[in-house]
Amino acid sequence: MIVLETKKLTRAYGGVVAVSEVDFQVKDGLITGLIGPNGAGKTTLFNNMTGLDTPTSGQVFYNGEEITNKSAHRICRLGIARTFQNIRLFKELSVLENVMVGLHFKTGKDPLKGRLKAAVDSYLHVRTEYDATHEKAMKWLEFFGLSEFADELARNLPYGHQRELEIARALATDPQILFLDEPAAGMNPSETESLMNTIRRIRDLGVTVVLIEHDMKLVMNICDTITVLNYGRNIAQGTPEEIRNNEQVIEAYLGKEEE
Amino acid sequence: MINFILLILIYTGIYALMAIGQNLITGYVGLLSLTQAGFFAIGSYVTAILSVTYGIDFWITVPIAGILAALFGVVIGLPTLRLSGDYLAIATLGFGEIVRNILNNWDSLTNGPMGIQRIPMITVFGMKISPYAKWGFLVVVWLFVLVAFVLFERLANSRMGRALEAVREDEIAASSMGINATRYKVWAFALGAGIAGVAGSLQSTFILSVTPGVFTFMVSIMVLCMVVLGGMGNFAAVILGAFIIQFISYFPQLVGLSNIIPPQFKQILFGLILVTMMIWRPQGILGRKTRGEPAIFKRRGGKK
Repeated sequence: MIVLETKKLTRAYGGVVAVSEVDFQVKDGLITGLIGPNGAGKTTLFNNMTGLDTPTSGQVFYNGEEITNKSAHRICRLGIARTFQNIRLFKELSVLENVMVGLHFKTGKDPLKGRLKAAVDSYLHVRTEYDATHEKAMKWLEFFGLSEFADELARNLPYGHQRELEIARALATDPQILFLDEPAAGMNPSETESLMNTIRRIRDLGVTVVLIEHDMKLVMNICDTITVLNYGRNIAQGTPEEIRNNEQVIEAYLGKEEE
Repeated sequence: MINFILLILIYTGIYALMAIGQNLITGYVGLLSLTQAGFFAIGSYVTAILSVTYGIDFWITVPIAGILAALFGVVIGLPTLRLSGDYLAIATLGFGEIVRNILNNWDSLTNGPMGIQRIPMITVFGMKISPYAKWGFLVVVWLFVLVAFVLFERLANSRMGRALEAVREDEIAASSMGINATRYKVWAFALGAGIAGVAGSLQSTFILSVTPGVFTFMVSIMVLCMVVLGGMGNFAAVILGAFIIQFISYFPQLVGLSNIIPPQFKQILFGLILVTMMIWRPQGILGRKTRGEPAIFKRRGGKK
């Protein structure tokens, strides 16, 4: 089943067309890879699907509902979470608090009550709310083996752990789809190895994962399906095997051989 | 002498209220707003006009002053909070000046530059709290500070407090976590404005008169100094900051040197304080509240 798709999505910055009429589909429960050379429009596509950017034309559908012009916080609340290429943690907050912020709209808020009443409730019962959020946040830290760093400031974490924390924070919003923007960037081979396991564990939780990645070993190993962008266009999609043998993809990455 | 110290403490209390509001806006949400003087003025005039012209009791004018200032906070917050950093500072500075100019020129309502005199004293259970006796007024002011401190401290530890800090740290990441950044910024702005309005109410019943000349840009700068000096993101620290700044500005009078040291001296000193703090101790005297489990929750003790 397709949970998220873009229809002829185009994003132009003045005369530069970053993404051009891309039809991108995400299937439920799978790990989808999004690859392409630098500047191919991968992150732009991510931003347009997660509400941080608005497409010039085209549409985005999530579970059949159009979310094209929705703002980022709305889209997150619908069940789409993301991480960022250049890690965006709340640096001066503790590791635990980072995850607690991720739980923001999941805690202390009863959808049946009015917004104001919910806010007042969480204010009056600060202690109870804190404990409940604390407990849930700790569970996510345990999932990533970060419990020992809970009270550490996020900026003091080693790089690899910062990446993991960002994923933990995104998962705390309880998403149906998780977008990872170059999760393995800057990681050494053993860190990448453990990241691959983590991503599989995330999929096993029932979360659909979409990832941008340049590390081909990682992409070919864990992705169920791969989409390739080049110059803002969708040039191929299929299983890792198909992509590996696709001539257009090889050309995009390695260039064409002179006749 | 003792009277003079009491006077400093009363002003510390009034300014501490404004500093608490400024701390929520600047220390928690990271917005450089320079408009506390404007909200302070609105609060002062609300109490002055309502109690002098309409004979309404002080205790009723206080919430009205707070709410009206908060509403103005929303009104100027909605358009200006799209701006960041210096641009926001300039826009809010402009608002403060607009308020002062309106008060100066709207003769039929505010009596222009003459201001409003003979504001009634606060009464508690039929007892007049005279600003000349000072002790009573001191208690009233610091009760306000205590209540505001508890309310704002609690707010900072709630999920809203975490959301505000997340917005400060990274607005884009915060909105990707389902946080409506604009809404929280406006809320913080409104609450900070509201408390400054309450401070204004107290000020007008302390001086027993209001004139537009009081609410200059310097007031906003002083409040900002208090927050920076004490420590951004720490409500107890900004109250300390308020005391130090008030103490410094009355120091020449306190030691009887006001003939030698001109009043402009304090402005030079504030500038020096801001610059020195920024270079040597940008986190302020006490610094941001320590991380980990909020102190007010520590009663359970130990790690879980």
